[in-house]
Amino acid sequence: MIYLDHAATTPVKPPVLEAMLPYFTENYGNPSSVYKLAQRNKKTLDDARAVVARHLGAEPKEIFFTSGGTEADNWAIKGIAAALKEKGNHIITTNIEHHAVLHPCQHLEKLGFDVTYLEVDGDGLVTPEQVEQAIRDETILISIMYANNEIGTIMPIAEIGAVARAHGVVFHTDAVQAVGHLPIDVKAENIDLLSLSGHKFYGPKGIGVLYIRRGVKLPSFLHGGGQERGKRPGTENVPGIVGLATAIDLAYQDLAAKNARITTLRDYLIDRIFERIPYCRLNGHRQQRLANNVNFSFDFVEGESLLLLLDIEGIAASSGSACTSGSLDPSHVLLALGLPHEQAHGSIRFTLGEDNTQAELDLVLDKLPVFVERMRSMSPLYEDFVQKNS
Amino acid sequence: MYSEKVMECFMNPQNVGEIENADGVGTVGNPRCGDIMKIYLKIEDNTIKDVKFKTFGCGAAIATSTMMTQMVKGKTIEEALKINNEAVAEALDGLPPVKMHCSCLAEEALQAALWNYAQKNQLSIEGLNPPPNYVAEEKGSTEEN
Repeated sequence: MIYLDHAATTPVKPPVLEAMLPYFTENYGNPSSVYKLAQRNKKTLDDARAVVARHLGAEPKEIFFTSGGTEADNWAIKGIAAALKEKGNHIITTNIEHHAVLHPCQHLEKLGFDVTYLEVDGDGLVTPEQVEQAIRDETILISIMYANNEIGTIMPIAEIGAVARAHGVVFHTDAVQAVGHLPIDVKAENIDLLSLSGHKFYGPKGIGVLYIRRGVKLPSFLHGGGQERGKRPGTENVPGIVGLATAIDLAYQDLAAKNARITTLRDYLIDRIFERIPYCRLNGHRQQRLANNVNFSFDFVEGESLLLLLDIEGIAASSGSACTSGSLDPSHVLLALGLPHEQAHGSIRFTLGEDNTQAELDLVLDKLPVFVERMRSMSPLYEDFVQKNS
Repeated sequence: MYSEKVMECFMNPQNVGEIENADGVGTVGNPRCGDIMKIYLKIEDNTIKDVKFKTFGCGAAIATSTMMTQMVKGKTIEEALKINNEAVAEALDGLPPVKMHCSCLAEEALQAALWNYAQKNQLSIEGLNPPPNYVAEEKGSTEEN
């Protein structure tokens, strides 16, 4: 199999799994218990927390483990809304956020909050000026993703954070696609809240982190025991936490070299697709883009049919078409870029990982043009296009 | 996700193409939904002598196009009109619930082509209703359907 869907999830690296296993079988103690078996895990947790903090430029006390990125996003957004609703009811976000940010915002709108969804440009970017212009007296939260999962565009987070700080507005970033792939410094970038998820950087699923800057008051939604300093109760997922910490440490080792290699592969794939397949477009900013992200729209064809053909060849990728989303609407991210519906439906996303090779990409490049041509030969849209231009 | 039958019809689609000087042509669906089906019919002696399709859509859309055209080829118009979306889905050993609308599209595309045939020949075909106002949108059109 040629796996090219790393933005969806990643395999757990062998050293990560190795680090986790003892915590299922030998070191299974509940960190809240009194005896040695359990107390050892208190130190395990402290160590893990310190590792995560170090890689974010944060203090260990600012790191809170959650069940994943979605919980972190929900906690941040709904938490600030609850904490600051006397101060104001306005939230600023963008129209290309992940559903784990958009849906909490929509939920808050039903409760009477006013949400501004800043419109991204054709590359998927918002500017700090746009954010500044949207700020009002009643603004209590700005939530803007670090890098987009579908098109890879990287937002000007430090600049946006500076704007938020200048106006005294809490700034949250969904950094699920960025952590482990880009260097992050929450202090330098003026970030107050940050969400991350283990399974996007070769860690296990079901574990994430919300970074909460010291001084930011965020109410809890779970009530129970005293874990995570009482702010996020529930017996700690020690194996998951160990896995996440091990994975984040590995991810940031030789990051520059890894990114250089993946960027070269990414650019190779992008250039060859442009060469071999007519009537296509790259979605997302060409340069300000995650090293692993390739997202193309192929005119006149639909994405899921291409994915099925790729799957039969053992190639795993994803699409922005409605058929793959379970609803009738194609990717809201692609529509936000201004793509007409049929182009949004005809998109394929390849996201590379550390193990992908050029040989694998060459195999994909052998098949993809054939598949696109095959679906075009069946397409009434292509038929119309050919007729119009003959 | 898909039955073996669906995958077979998707991987080896039948009746793909166009018919020159077709007796009836019908197009349904639109880019907003992500499915467009175009059906060409050759009709002689009240029988569908030949049928071809072009489809923009997912695996289920291609499969239902293949299956529907196979089911109506050689049938009389009356027999073809009896083939509804459930029959197509059943012949495919079922479709995921979210994909059932593809089988509806196949049924509607056939009816649109037959309606076109009836209009051209000023016929009235029993049991045939005018198609819902689906037209393939031109690129850039924002017409709501």
